[in-house]
Amino acid sequence: MAKSQSQRSSAKSLFTADLVVPAIKASFLKLNPAELVRNPVMFVTAAVALLMTILLVVGHDDLSIAFKAQLAVWLWLTVLFGTFAEALAEGRGKAQAASLRATKAELVAKRLKGDGRQYDDVPASQLKVGDIVLVETNDLIPSDGEVVSGVASVNEAAITGESAPVIREAGGDRSAVTAGTRVISDEIRVKVTAEPGKGFLDRMIALVEGAERQKTPNEVALTILLVGLTIIFLIAVGTIPGFASFAGGSIPVAILAALLITLIPTTIAALLSAIGIAGMDRLVRFNVLAKSGRAVEAAGDVDVLLLDKTGTITIGDRQASEFRSVGGTSDAELAEAALLASLADETPEGRSIVVLARDRFDLHRAMPDGAEVIPFTAQTRVSGVRFGDTVIQKGAVDSILRANEGSVATAAATELRRITDEIARAGGTPLAVAKDGRLLGAIFLKDVVKAGIRERFGELRTMGIRTVMITGDNPLTAAAIAAEAGVDDFLAQATPEDKLALIRKEQTGGKLVAMCGDGTNDAPALAQADVGVAMNTGTQAAREAGNMVDLDSDPTKLIEVVGLGKQLLMTRGALTTFSVANDVAKYFAIIPAMFVALYPGLGVLNIMGLATPQSAILSAIIFNALIIPLLVPLALKGVAYKPMAAGPLLARNLAVYGLGGLLAPFIGIKIIDLVVGGLGLA
Amino acid sequence: MTIQGWFLIIAFTGILLALTKPVGMWLHALYEGRRTPLHVVLGPVERGFYKLSGIDPNAEQGWRRYALHMLLFNVALLILTYAVLRLQGVLPGNPQGLAGLSPDLAFNTAVSFTTNTNWQSYGGEATMSNLSQMLGLTIHNFLSAATGIALAFALFRGFARRSVATIGNFWADVTRVTLYLLLPLCIVYALFLVASGVPQTMAGVVDVQTLEGARQSILLGPVASQEAIKMLGTNGGGFFNANSAHPFENPTALVNLVQMLSIFLIGFGLTWTFGKAVGNTRQGWAILAAMVILFLASVSVSYWQEAAGNPILHQLGVAGGNMEGKEVRFGVAASALFSVVTTAASCGAVNAMHDSFTALGGLVPLFNMQLGEVVIGGVGAGIYGFLLFAILAVFVAGLMVGRTPEYVGKKIEAREVKLAVLAIAVLPLMILGLTALSSVLQQGLAGPLNKGPHGFSEILYAFTSAVANNGSAFAGLTANTPYYNGLLGVAMWVGRFFIIVPMLAIAGSLAAKKYTPESAGSFPTTGGLWVGLLVGIILVLGGLTFLPSLALGPIADHLSMIRGQLF
Repeated sequence: MAKSQSQRSSAKSLFTADLVVPAIKASFLKLNPAELVRNPVMFVTAAVALLMTILLVVGHDDLSIAFKAQLAVWLWLTVLFGTFAEALAEGRGKAQAASLRATKAELVAKRLKGDGRQYDDVPASQLKVGDIVLVETNDLIPSDGEVVSGVASVNEAAITGESAPVIREAGGDRSAVTAGTRVISDEIRVKVTAEPGKGFLDRMIALVEGAERQKTPNEVALTILLVGLTIIFLIAVGTIPGFASFAGGSIPVAILAALLITLIPTTIAALLSAIGIAGMDRLVRFNVLAKSGRAVEAAGDVDVLLLDKTGTITIGDRQASEFRSVGGTSDAELAEAALLASLADETPEGRSIVVLARDRFDLHRAMPDGAEVIPFTAQTRVSGVRFGDTVIQKGAVDSILRANEGSVATAAATELRRITDEIARAGGTPLAVAKDGRLLGAIFLKDVVKAGIRERFGELRTMGIRTVMITGDNPLTAAAIAAEAGVDDFLAQATPEDKLALIRKEQTGGKLVAMCGDGTNDAPALAQADVGVAMNTGTQAAREAGNMVDLDSDPTKLIEVVGLGKQLLMTRGALTTFSVANDVAKYFAIIPAMFVALYPGLGVLNIMGLATPQSAILSAIIFNALIIPLLVPLALKGVAYKPMAAGPLLARNLAVYGLGGLLAPFIGIKIIDLVVGGLGLA
Repeated sequence: MTIQGWFLIIAFTGILLALTKPVGMWLHALYEGRRTPLHVVLGPVERGFYKLSGIDPNAEQGWRRYALHMLLFNVALLILTYAVLRLQGVLPGNPQGLAGLSPDLAFNTAVSFTTNTNWQSYGGEATMSNLSQMLGLTIHNFLSAATGIALAFALFRGFARRSVATIGNFWADVTRVTLYLLLPLCIVYALFLVASGVPQTMAGVVDVQTLEGARQSILLGPVASQEAIKMLGTNGGGFFNANSAHPFENPTALVNLVQMLSIFLIGFGLTWTFGKAVGNTRQGWAILAAMVILFLASVSVSYWQEAAGNPILHQLGVAGGNMEGKEVRFGVAASALFSVVTTAASCGAVNAMHDSFTALGGLVPLFNMQLGEVVIGGVGAGIYGFLLFAILAVFVAGLMVGRTPEYVGKKIEAREVKLAVLAIAVLPLMILGLTALSSVLQQGLAGPLNKGPHGFSEILYAFTSAVANNGSAFAGLTANTPYYNGLLGVAMWVGRFFIIVPMLAIAGSLAAKKYTPESAGSFPTTGGLWVGLLVGIILVLGGLTFLPSLALGPIADHLSMIRGQLF
C-alpha cells in the first residue's frame, strides 16, 4: 500500500520535459488523417482548418489576410491541442511499457527435456503451452505458468513494484507465477500456461501503452452524441448564408467556419480519449490492472460490493481478548493453562493468548521440562501440550468436547455452550481449553474490525452502494461482526457456490456486483461478477477469470477501484457539460459580429462589449483553442472526487461545470478581446 | 399588464394541475388496457371492431411491427383524404357546390391532417364541403390524436417493461384511446359548445337582413363537433378561416377558457400516466414541472410584450397594448395566453393573428415550436418529444454522478443516444434547411407579404409550424402555391414520422433492457435539480440551434422597431 501511495504522488507532475517533449512530437504525428478520423469532431476541425488555409490563397472576400491567417493558425492549434492531450496521456504509460519490454527481451528459459533433468536454453518467445521449465535461484521466470514442483521465494517487483518477496509453491492457491519476476531462493519447475505474446507481461505492456485501447461503450455513446451535435450545428451554420441572402447580404466563408468550430463540441472531443487513457493510467499507478476500459466503467456503476471479511473488514488475525472460565475454575487458572498450551503455538492467535495471559495475570511461564507439544491436525482439530501426567488441550469447542467425551461434566459442558454462544454473538470465536479431561473454560478470540472501515461503509451507503460481508464464520459471529463493521448484509458460512448464487441473485435484480478473490474456487464468481478483482498472489485461474488484477493483492482496494471508476465517468460528464455550456457565450460573441452589418440593431447582443466584429470572432476562436490545454490537467488528473450521494454530487458538479461553463467563456473571451485589441491583432 | 390578466394565467394553470391526476389515471387505465366504467356501454363496440377487422388486441408487437402498422394506417388515411378532397365536386354533402381541390392543395391538406398538423393553406368555409370537413378532416382529428397518444403509450412501455421484445398493440391502443377517451369527451364537450352558442347543423348558408338593412349570407355547419376534437386532439384546424377568433367557433369568454384548457388537458394528464407507468408518479410530476416552467416563462414574455405594445404607435398617440390582429372580445391577456398554449401544444388553433403580434410576442410561439413542441406539446407527441430531450439531458449530465447514464431504471447507451439525436436533428434540418432554401429560391421569395426580418419570420414560421406539426400560421405568407403546398407537405410528413420511427426504435430498445433499481447513487430524476437541468438543456440545445434564425427574424425585427423602423 505504502509503495503504491508513493508511486502515485511521484507521478503527479504532468508537465515534465521528458513527458511533454515527446508528446509535442507525437501530437503532430497524430494529424495523420487515418488516425484523426477516429475522432470525428476533431476531424471536422482539421478539415475546416485546411479549408481556412486554402481560403488564404484563393478566397475572395473583404477580410484581411492577416485576420484569416490568424484564424487558420488558431484552428490548427485547436486540433494540435487535442492530439497533444492524447499524446501526453499516452506518454506516461509508454515509459513504463519500455522498461517492461526490456525485461521481456532478456527472458531465457531452461526448457526441460523428456527426462526432467536436462534442459536446453531457449528464448522465452519459443515456449509453448505445456512446456516445463526449470527456474533456479536468480533466474527470471520466462513465462506465465503454474508451479508443478518445488517452492521458492520470488521477487515480483518488476510487475508489482513491491520488493518484499512472496512464496510460490506447487499446489494450492499460490502456485501461479508471472513472467519477468525473479526467483531469489530455491528452485521450481513451472508448467507454461500462456502462449508466447499472450502472457500477463504482454497484456500489461499493451495496457499501459494504450495500444490495445478500444473505445469503451460509454465513450462510443458519447462520441455519437458529439457527432450528432456536430451535425446539428453544421445545419445551423450551413443555413445561415440562405438567411443572410434574404436580408440582402452575405457572410464570408471564413466567418462561418469560425462559428462552426466554436459551436461544435471541440473541447470534450479533444479531451475524450485523454480522459479515458488517464483513467486507466490512474488504475495502473494504483497497481490495479483493468483488462478493459469497460471494466473500469462497470466499476463506477457497481451497486453491491462483496467483501471478504478477513483482511478486508477485519485485520487478518484474531486476537485473544478475554478468558471465560467454567465450573468453579478461576480465570487465572484458565489463563495459565491456555498460556502453557500456546507457548509452542506460533500462529498470531496463539501469540496473542500468551500476551493476554501476561498482561492480565502477570504470568510468565516457560515451557516445562520434558514437555511434549501436541500438534494441531486436521483430524483432531485440537492442539496443546503434555508434561508429566498433565495434558492441556485447546481447540474449537466441538472438537474439545468430542476429544474429552465421557470425562466432561454435563453442567460444565452446558455452561461452556452458554459462554461460547455469548462469544459468538459478540462477534468472537471461542476457543475451549481442557485440562486432564476437565473443562476449564473458553478463550474469547476477537475479530478486530479495521479502524475507519465503518466510516468507509457509511460513505459507500450514501453513494448508494450496498456492502455484503462474505465469511466462513457461523451466522451468529458473522452478524455481530457485520453490525460492528457497519456492512449492510452478510453471507455466513459461505462456500464459493453460495457466492456465485448471491452474485446471480443480485444481477437478476438489475444490480452490478463487484468482488475480489484469489483462489481457484473463486474463479466462477470472479467471472460472473461485473467487476472481479483477482489478487495477483492468486491462482492463474482466478487471474484469468477476473477483469482486473490487483498487483498488491489488497482486497480493501476494491472500494478505491469503485471510486476511480466513478471519477473517470464524472470527469467525462463534467467536461461534456462544460463544453456544451460554453457555446452560449460564443454565440453572444459571434452572432452580433456576424450579423451587425445586416441589421445594425443586433449590435445590442454584443453584451460583452467586444471591440470589433473581427476581434470578437478571433477572441472566440482563441478561447475555444486555449481552453483545451487549460483543461488538460483536469482531464488527466480527473475531477475532485468525494464519496457522496448522487443528489448533492450533481448539484455540486452542475454548479462548477454547468454554471461555470456558462460563465467562464464570457470572462475569458472578454479578456482575450482586450489583449487582441491591445496588440492590434484585429 | 393587469391583475385580471395574470389571474387568468394563474387560474388556467391551476385548473390544469388539478385535473392532471384524474385525467392521468383515466389514461393509465387505457394504457394498461384495464376496464373502465365506459366498458359497459362501449365494450361490445370495441370487441365488434376487433372482430370485424380480425385484430387480436392481445397480440403484442415489437417496435418494428408497431411502427409498420402505424405507418400503413396513416398512409391509408392519407390516400383516403386525398381522394375525398380531389373528388369533392362529385361527392354528396356539398350544399355550396364547391369544386375539387388542386393536386398540391389536396396533398398538402391530406398530409396536414394526417400528421395532426392541421396547417390550412385554404379558407375552410370557402373551400371544403361538409363531407370533406367530416370524412376528410374530422376523422383525422380523432385518429391522428389517437395515434399520438398510442405512440406515447408505446414509449412508456419501453421504459416500464423489462427484458421483453414488445411494446404493445397499435390497433388496440388507437381503438381504446378513440373509444374510451376522445369520443366520450368530445360528445360532452360538443354539447357544452352547442349550449354556448356554437352552431351544429348540416345547413350550409343562412341569409339574413342586417340592422343596416343589407343582406348577408352567414355560413353555418357542423361546427361544434369539429371544434371539440380540434382542441382536445391538439389539431387546430378551424371550421372557419378565422379559426377560434370567429364568434361561431369561440363565442364566449368561458368557451375561450375551456378551449385553452382542453388543448392542454390530455398533455398534462399524460405526464402523470408516464410516472405511473414507470412506477413513480414523481417522475411524471418532474416532467410536468419542467414543462410548466417553460410554459409560464413563455406566457410571461408574450403577455409582457403584447401588453407593452408598439412604441412607435405610442408616439403616434395610440395608447395601450398591441391590439392589432386581436379580437376585442378577448383582449391582450387572453390572446397572448391562447397563442402560447396553442404553440406550446401542437394545436395551432388561433384566436388572434400571430403575424400581428409584436416581434418578441411572435418570437415566443416560434421558439416554442422550434423546441419541438415539448412544452406540454401535441397529444402524445409532446411527451414523447420531451422524453427524447430527457434522454439527452440524462446522457450529458448523468455521467457527473459517476455512473453511466440511466433514466427511470433504464441504461441510456449508444443506441438510444444515436436514435434520440437522429430524431431531434430532424427539427433543425427541416426547419432551417427549408427556410434557407425558400430564402434564396424565387418561388420561396414570392411568398412573404413583408420585407426585411418580418418577411423572413413569415417563412421561418411557416416551416417551423409545419415541421413541428403545429399548423398555426403567421399569416402574411401566401402559402397556397404549388411550391409552398408541396414543400410544407413534405415538411409535415418528415416532421412527424421521421421523429416517430426512431422514437419507437428507442422504445423497443429500452423494453429489451433489464431494469436497474434506483439507489442513493442513481442520477436523481425527480427533484428540482433535474427539473432545472431539463429546462436548461432544452433551452440551450434549442436556443443554440435556432438562435441565428431568430436573430435574423423576430430579434432583428424587435430591435429595428426600437430604433423606429417597421417592416
